[in-house]
Amino acid sequence: MKITLNNRIEEFKDVDEMTVQQLIDKMNFTFKFLVTKVNGKLVKKEERESVAVHDGDDVAIIHLISGG
Amino acid sequence: MTFNEIKNRLSGKTVGIAGAGGLGSNCAVALARVGVCKLIIADFDVVSESNLNRQYYFYNQIGRKKVDALKENIMAINPVVEVESHDIKLDEKSVLTLFAGCDVIVEAFDMAGMKQMIIETVLDELPGKPLVAGLGMAGWGDSNSIKLRKEGNLYICGDEKSEIADDNPPLAPRVGMVANMQANVVLEILLNK
Repeated sequence: MKITLNNRIEEFKDVDEMTVQQLIDKMNFTFKFLVTKVNGKLVKKEERESVAVHDGDDVAIIHLISGG
Repeated sequence: MTFNEIKNRLSGKTVGIAGAGGLGSNCAVALARVGVCKLIIADFDVVSESNLNRQYYFYNQIGRKKVDALKENIMAINPVVEVESHDIKLDEKSVLTLFAGCDVIVEAFDMAGMKQMIIETVLDELPGKPLVAGLGMAGWGDSNSIKLRKEGNLYICGDEKSEIADDNPPLAPRVGMVANMQANVVLEILLNK
């Protein structure tokens, strides 16, 4: 499947869907604090194991960096 | 638009500022200077000497509540601005009670966990409400990496990579760049409405 992740095209061979959490793991995003959105809709932390990402989806995984 | 037209457009507008550290204090001052009608500012911290390398406070304000000191500084710049200050540590509930009526909310926390809390709360509970966050501003130099990213009603200002550390502290120039970028985005939202 092909998705847009953080405004860039990412392709995953031999996969039709994966959960948001699986995508985070696959991308090696080890950051503790993230905000995730699929097609513009917020996917809360506790929903990441259940919400699936499909071909053509627009996914945002925002890294929450300390400092301010 | 002339400055008078801008001020007219900003009359009646309210901006919520979550945190009065490096991002919040500088962003609030920029918005006060251009004449945003009302600022609702929340922070629980007091001014310390280590804050003065980037935050809009003065040496003689060390030990004061940040929300009180910031209100005083804003009043000294533009006494027409109404400042509603809250000396609290924000959580999901208070974010909603304090900021639900604001035209725009500025995320100005330092800790990543707090940033996550307000972003998830606003996106989930206040759909359509513009939220302007600051992510990544530690260190110095590398000016061109600081940018704006729009994700629906969430606006992200910063380089999205420079995390604070003992050997990569947040400093006035880059923190000020992001804080003023946040103020600039707020202005763009308010003036385009």
